Amino acid sequence: MTDISAPRPSITPATPFVSTAFHEPQPAPVSTRGPILWARQHLFGSVPQVLLTLFGIWLVYVTVPPLIKFFLIDAVWTGTNRDACLAEKLGRPVGACWPFIWAKLDQLIYGFYPASERWRVNVVYWLGALLLLPLLIQSLPYKRLNAIAFFGVYPVVAFVLLTGGNLDLQRFVLGWLGVDFSTIGGAQGLRIGFWVDYVLSTVLLTAIAFGISRFLAGPEGGRSAAQTTLSVLGVLAVVLLAVDIDTGLPQVETRLWGGLLVTLVIAVTGITVSLPFGILLALGRRSKLQLVKWLCIIFIEFWRGVPLITVLFFATYMLPLFLPGRFTIDGLLRALVGVALFASAYMAEVVRGGLQAIPKGQYEGAMAVGLRSGLMMRLVVLPQALKLVIPGIVNNFIGLFKDTTLVLIVSIFDLLGSMRAAFTDPNWASPTTLFTGFGFAGIIYFVFCFGMSRYSMALEKRLDRAQRH
Amino acid sequence: MKRILLAAAGLLSLAGAVQAATLDDVKARGALNCGVTQGLPGFSSPNDKNEWSGLDVDFCRAIAAGIFNDPTKVKFTPLSAKDRFTALTSGAIDVLSRNTTWTMSRDTTLGFNFAGVMYYDGQGFLIRKSVGLKSAKELQEASICVQTGTSNELNVGDYFRANNMKYREVIAFATLDETVKAYESGRCDVFTSDKSQLAAVRLKLTNPADHVLLPETISKEPLGPLVRHGDDQWFDLVKWTYFALLNSEELGITQKNVDEMVKSENPDIKRLLGTDGKYGEGIGLTPDWVVRIIKATGNYGEIYDRNVGPATPLGIERGLNNLWTKGGIQYGPPVR
Repeated sequence: MTDISAPRPSITPATPFVSTAFHEPQPAPVSTRGPILWARQHLFGSVPQVLLTLFGIWLVYVTVPPLIKFFLIDAVWTGTNRDACLAEKLGRPVGACWPFIWAKLDQLIYGFYPASERWRVNVVYWLGALLLLPLLIQSLPYKRLNAIAFFGVYPVVAFVLLTGGNLDLQRFVLGWLGVDFSTIGGAQGLRIGFWVDYVLSTVLLTAIAFGISRFLAGPEGGRSAAQTTLSVLGVLAVVLLAVDIDTGLPQVETRLWGGLLVTLVIAVTGITVSLPFGILLALGRRSKLQLVKWLCIIFIEFWRGVPLITVLFFATYMLPLFLPGRFTIDGLLRALVGVALFASAYMAEVVRGGLQAIPKGQYEGAMAVGLRSGLMMRLVVLPQALKLVIPGIVNNFIGLFKDTTLVLIVSIFDLLGSMRAAFTDPNWASPTTLFTGFGFAGIIYFVFCFGMSRYSMALEKRLDRAQRH
Repeated sequence: MKRILLAAAGLLSLAGAVQAATLDDVKARGALNCGVTQGLPGFSSPNDKNEWSGLDVDFCRAIAAGIFNDPTKVKFTPLSAKDRFTALTSGAIDVLSRNTTWTMSRDTTLGFNFAGVMYYDGQGFLIRKSVGLKSAKELQEASICVQTGTSNELNVGDYFRANNMKYREVIAFATLDETVKAYESGRCDVFTSDKSQLAAVRLKLTNPADHVLLPETISKEPLGPLVRHGDDQWFDLVKWTYFALLNSEELGITQKNVDEMVKSENPDIKRLLGTDGKYGEGIGLTPDWVVRIIKATGNYGEIYDRNVGPATPLGIERGLNNLWTKGGIQYGPPVR
């Protein structure tokens, strides 16, 4: 259009074309919208993409239909023994042998826990779920109360329910120091002697704390130290009373626990213990106090350097050789302690990674507004550091959850161990029993691990507001 | 390393040998601590009712019945092949009834006493029919699947060396199930294990008819319960529990007819069931200890038939494990 003066096409007023109908907007061409556009952009955009897509389709084709065929279409759903799952008896190819799982389900969930007492395990399962879910959903109120209930009260309740409580405690601090009260009063159950011991020990410890703090920090410090000691021992007394009292529930040894129960007990204990301990260790490792620092380094490096299997084995079979007389520690407890120490050491390094990612300016800023080092960590550094390492923390949790299967080597049957034991029942030995069992165990592990993974991603998203682009 | 640990464990147990008698400990505890496998078809495995069952399990129940008149007073500790001896040495269990082969070194230097042979086993070979071999002597250049950490692994080497043969490779797997699947998928030509296990393995094969057992038995595997050195009374108790099971079968005393048999006039039966003499007191029990045992578990034949016999899925014939009167080698010394 360089020549502006060019004559315009003449419009004859006699026959103007005026559209009388309103043209509906037409949809964009098929190839530029909707699923086809998406497919063109995401699946067939370039030659390598096309190849990858075809490879993916092939992969799905070769894996998914056979799995569905095996686990659903060809599967056997009912039966009372191996005959139900034998191809030669049924006259057709046999897939998964689900009646094997139904028959062994109790074993997989409770282990050898006595049938008449299984309601206790169920209560623990449900109570845990009821307390944990509202804790995870951010919009629900009473977080503080909920946290106290889950982390403080629930473990004690679960302990009493699962073991039966009635620990028959005999001696507290003074008892171990040689002043024996255990003969006073009742000889079993809630011993009066123990509680006399407890009260006297409390008085003694409070007095010591008061004396030392008063000497070091004056009367004010003395009073606060005494208060702290009293309240700690007070809470401890409530806990001890709960586990010491005779609830009338029959005792169930941990030897009888098994299956999912053991897996969850170990995983939940490991997870809830490892986070706070891991944080403390990570802080300790960065401490300026040389003693604390080196103790933390030694602890972390030791536990990271020794295989878990070795520790479990030593704790279970070698420890009794070195301990005097009939002094034994419960087998599951040993495994729990081992796993918790392990997980803590790993967690410490994850948290340390987060701490190192916090720029120095944050520390300096916190100091500039006059925060003491404890507050600085709690209010400024840790919230940022922990947020950064959520993927690492959850990675540890998931790893820990799956590592629980190692307790099989010290003869504790977790979910997978119970499954392996179930395989050896000759009444259910069939060609597909093994695949069915591992498939089922895989599904359960996946549900838990995938759940943790999704929750952590949601959490990251929620906490990431400040840095979202 | 393992040897050193076991030696150390042995020394410590010697130091503790003067402790109280095992029987007293068991009575005080109110239960027998029995080591079993972590699952072995027919010998010890959890059943659908969530109880341990099997030949090895029933033996521990028999001991408990003899002591407490209650076969449920047993605490079973499932042990892996590696941990079983440490568990017994450390006192974590009172008796190891875990499919363990009686060998000289175990009986002597490791510091154990074998109380008898609950099951005479031997190592055999399972092979695909299509390979077309008739004898283990033809296994030249074969690849062999075996479970790792078992004496089977060593026996194969010995057998091939003794017969001047060469195998292509021995492929070892951690668990029985993995070994079976490997054999089935064609990873190796032949599968070797104790014959009782091969019977269990056949149950897991897709086409059991396509596989045959070679006739040779290449090793002796006398499997039996064992106890620690240092407590002869306890050793006697375990040993005679085993003999009582055998003698009961020989005399025709069963779970069903034991109450009638108590009234029997046969002097052998009278001595065994304690109506004549007080032989049970010799092992620290009451004279009618065998009555309690048989009521709880039945005699040896009943235990065998219930767990591994022809009527079970395993379907193993008695063979060597028959009584000496019926062509086997199970033989109980007389009670007198």
